[in-house]
Amino acid sequence: MEMEEKLTALLEEAKAEIGNAAGLKELESLRVKYLGKKGEVTSVLKGMKDLTPKQRPVLGKLANEVRDAITARLSEKKETLEQEALKKQLAEETIDVTLPGKKVTTGQPHVLTQIMEEIEDLFLGMGYQVIEGTEVETDYYNFERVNLPQNHPARDMQDTFYITPDVLLRTHTSPIQARTLEQHDFANGPLKMISPGKVYRRDTDDATHSHQFHQIEGMVIDENITMADLKGTLELLAKKMFGEEREIRLRPSYFPFTEPSVEVDVSCFKCGGKGCNVCKQTGWIEILGAGMTHPHVLEMSGVDSRKYGGFAFGLGPDRIAMLKYGVDDIRNFYLNDQRFLEQFKRKG
Amino acid sequence: MRVSVKWLSEYLDLSDIAPVELADQITLTGIEVDDVTLPSLTLDNLVVGEVLTAEEMADSDHLKVTAVDVDQEAPQQIVCGAPNVKAGQKVIVALPGAKLPNGLKIKKSKLRGVESNGMICSLQELGFAEAVVPKKAEDGIYVLPMEAKTGHSVLPYIGLDDAFIELDITPNRADALSMRGVGYEVGAILSQKPAFPEVTVSEDRSENISDYIHVSVDNSQDVPVYKMRVIKDVTVQESPMWLQRKLMNAGIRPIDAVVDVTNYIMLEYGQPLHAFDYDALESKTIRVRRAEQDEKLVTLDGQERRLNPGNLVITNGEKPVALAGVMGGENTHVTGATQTIALESALFESSVIRKTAQSLNLRSESSARFERGLNTAAIERALDHAAQLIADLGNGQVVSGVARVEAIQPESKQVTIALERINQALGTDLVMDEVVHLMDRLGFDSETSTRELTVTVPPRRWDIEIEADIIEEVVRLHGYNRLPATLPKSESIPGELTHKQQRVRDTRHFMEGAGLSQAISYALTTNEKAAAFSRVEGEPVKLDWPMSEEHQALRKSLLSGLLDNVQYNVARQNKHVGFYEIGRVFYPVTDSKLPREVTHVAGALTGSRVEANWQEDEQPVDFYAVKGILEEWFTVIGVSDEISYVPTNTYPELHPGRTAKVRWQGQVVGVLGQLHPQLADERDLKETYLFEIDMDALLDTDKEPLIYSSIPKYPGTSRDVAFVVDETVLHETVLSVMKENGGKWLKSIRLFDLYQGENIEQGKKSMAYSLSYQNPEATLKEEEVTSDFEQIKKALVEELNAEIR
Ligand SMILES: [Zn+2]
Repeated sequence: MEMEEKLTALLEEAKAEIGNAAGLKELESLRVKYLGKKGEVTSVLKGMKDLTPKQRPVLGKLANEVRDAITARLSEKKETLEQEALKKQLAEETIDVTLPGKKVTTGQPHVLTQIMEEIEDLFLGMGYQVIEGTEVETDYYNFERVNLPQNHPARDMQDTFYITPDVLLRTHTSPIQARTLEQHDFANGPLKMISPGKVYRRDTDDATHSHQFHQIEGMVIDENITMADLKGTLELLAKKMFGEEREIRLRPSYFPFTEPSVEVDVSCFKCGGKGCNVCKQTGWIEILGAGMTHPHVLEMSGVDSRKYGGFAFGLGPDRIAMLKYGVDDIRNFYLNDQRFLEQFKRKG
Repeated sequence: MRVSVKWLSEYLDLSDIAPVELADQITLTGIEVDDVTLPSLTLDNLVVGEVLTAEEMADSDHLKVTAVDVDQEAPQQIVCGAPNVKAGQKVIVALPGAKLPNGLKIKKSKLRGVESNGMICSLQELGFAEAVVPKKAEDGIYVLPMEAKTGHSVLPYIGLDDAFIELDITPNRADALSMRGVGYEVGAILSQKPAFPEVTVSEDRSENISDYIHVSVDNSQDVPVYKMRVIKDVTVQESPMWLQRKLMNAGIRPIDAVVDVTNYIMLEYGQPLHAFDYDALESKTIRVRRAEQDEKLVTLDGQERRLNPGNLVITNGEKPVALAGVMGGENTHVTGATQTIALESALFESSVIRKTAQSLNLRSESSARFERGLNTAAIERALDHAAQLIADLGNGQVVSGVARVEAIQPESKQVTIALERINQALGTDLVMDEVVHLMDRLGFDSETSTRELTVTVPPRRWDIEIEADIIEEVVRLHGYNRLPATLPKSESIPGELTHKQQRVRDTRHFMEGAGLSQAISYALTTNEKAAAFSRVEGEPVKLDWPMSEEHQALRKSLLSGLLDNVQYNVARQNKHVGFYEIGRVFYPVTDSKLPREVTHVAGALTGSRVEANWQEDEQPVDFYAVKGILEEWFTVIGVSDEISYVPTNTYPELHPGRTAKVRWQGQVVGVLGQLHPQLADERDLKETYLFEIDMDALLDTDKEPLIYSSIPKYPGTSRDVAFVVDETVLHETVLSVMKENGGKWLKSIRLFDLYQGENIEQGKKSMAYSLSYQNPEATLKEEEVTSDFEQIKKALVEELNAEIR
């Protein structure tokens, strides 16, 4: 059985050569050498036509086995070589992952905008509209319509920037409330609004005073609005601004456009109420003024104060930001020093 | 109003409540407390001493060596520098161990070798303000009355064994500008009826007021009530200690017994009084009238005031003797020689007093009370009480009768309110009895029917007039802490931002994503800055009476402010700055009293967009970096199709060759350009680029519905063209030539190369564009595209004299 021996020897030879192959190219040439059209296994098989019919199947089987074994060896070796090549490539491609990334430059909203937007969103969620109004107003809408007639003791000329005796820079955002109220048609539902914006006072700028600052006022007018509704609304606001665990307390106060009027304190977010320098040892921090809309204010806008009533509140985003972030000089908000502004990129 | 708890205890039983707790209750129920002080907590080792001897110290021109009896085994030697120290005086001695409010710790010490075992104190050293210390004790030690017990604590004598509650009184609660008012208020809080001592005047019936004085007023609107009493045979002397300490601790300087009584009564009743030297009036007539134009009066402070008909004056029938409600006249004020006092108690119209006090800058305790209104029921009571006290302290007699003019009488008001109204306003379930009880605590009577109550409000609470006022009294006494917390149960309507508000927010987010930080600048600026960068006609809107040049006019552009911010940062080594601001600018309008307010967005960039790093070279800000931001923003807000840029050299603040007007639908909506290098130099800035766009113009349009267009199913194709043209030919011009001649399948045009320099003729430039073609309905045929593309090339040659390469 010369042919059988030949085949067996061929298989051993192929195994040895495949095992020694150093690269994919060499492997390919071995495949051609043994299994190609002119390859050695093929040429052995070609000699089968000279065999007896009895011998053919036996030898045919052996030849196929030898061919399959070589094929398996080849693909096994191929796999190994590919793995090695990949490994080598990956090793070569290794980089210093600790080098800095390419800089993405983004800006950030002003801290006052962040605060105002947060408040706007809270009230939008409760069905309020945001109405901005103009920064230059008439004396009439800024004062008279909020129940501050000419000789009212609470009306201090010193505090107002006048342009003419009749025109001024608004000292609060209330005029837009009066303007909206007189336009409002209660047939379309209650009036629920907040008015954010810049306001102006005749003050000399220092650490705690600014001739320009911001205000957000809110107002709800409908039938059956209660002072308890005001308390609940402000509680929500205080928790949103200063944290879930905060409580509020209402104290009697005076504003010409509300009656009753209250000042609202929030439990100190720094010490939790035990007393610290932020709350001046009282456990409470004053954050806003509020009250039930004065009937005169409603009547002046043509609203029947027997049928409709409601509440109003006002707060200063500048003051809130100072409290919340411990900013000790209000002028920081208007100097626009990047080193200040950038600190509020991280959401507080 | 500084309230002495001891004084208040004369009306109420405060033995069960600590001052700090009382202050808390006052704050939560009625009136904000600014501060509570208890001086005795920090003051000890302060005793009454008797000066036995006071000798000049050998080698000093002002120090004295005293021996002071402080009720110890031996007198103490104390060195004292006060000029007024004398043997025989009772004085305030700080013994070793005492700590004074100014931080000084008293120890045994030696002054110039002489031993000193303590310190003889002035009132200032105990914490009294200079302005409340009696004149004669101003420059030295305070001398106690002889009855003061040697060795005992000095605090009771000067009223520092007390607690003081500083009330911050709002304009509506002027009733609490008096101790009696505070007594009622605290009584309501503690459910106690305050007890006030009865005052009876013992009059000398031998003479009648009409023998002395007759009063008249010109206008009862100005002076609804004017009353006067006369006290005769008075010796004007120093006030007793109890009176002095009450005044000093309330912040008022003791002067003499007459003036002190008027101030004391004002503190007790809230009723300002004025005492005249009767003989100096030189008349038996008092007439109250408006001042004449330029009429003159020398006031108590020695200043000559030039008056006008806005001021109200008290006259002796001819010439002014006092500025009503504001300040007395020098010629009639009480002196040590005064024997007969004419005492005034009146009600003056608040606005007249307010204007006078304001225009003469003479705000006083009196004028403040007139401005806020008075308890009409106290006008005569206060007068009676003061007259009796002046007589008692000066050994004089009150002349029988009151000279008076009164157009009004003190009257109670009645307010009727339904119980349901109270509960409806507060969200409570109070029953009638509870409300009646609350009114009773205030000292208000009420009558009830099944559903309503009618509250009788005495004149001492003149702030209460309408239902809402009663509701306020109910809720504050009931307690805000007992109020439920609910939300409005109104019909729910969606709250949403308007289209414009949403776009403003989108713009902010976009600008921040593009690397710009939001700035907020002052709207008020200098005249010059207010006008800069704006091409809108008219002077900026100016303040009538600015506080400073820095803030006197409203900006017409946001750019001056932003530039200030950039400069501020660059000067502080923040070299790479990118700001945007969204805010109002203000334009004067000729036929309107209000200016036009327009919302602008503006930006300012300087330094680098990208700093040099290990991967990239530095990318300094340039015109096109800023333009790129605007282009993308215009796409985001949906206006990019109709935006165009037109070169302009009409802004003196901007680089004439690097500035473009931004037009939208043919109208100018903004500007984009480089800060003029000269101005940049002045501000020490490198190349700085600016833009400012009128947002209202772009956003006031209706929201355009956004409709999806299908993704093309068929492949497109592209062609590149490169050519040389004159350097003056604008990209915008090339674009319009290409668009006009591009054929119907031309989809987009992209400039991919621009070159000038070597190999290109001087004055020319080489441009290369990539044109994309697309037919949404079918695959484009090569021939179609080729013929369209040839058309463009032809047009470039013909219209722009381009040389195709
Ligand atoms: Zn605290």
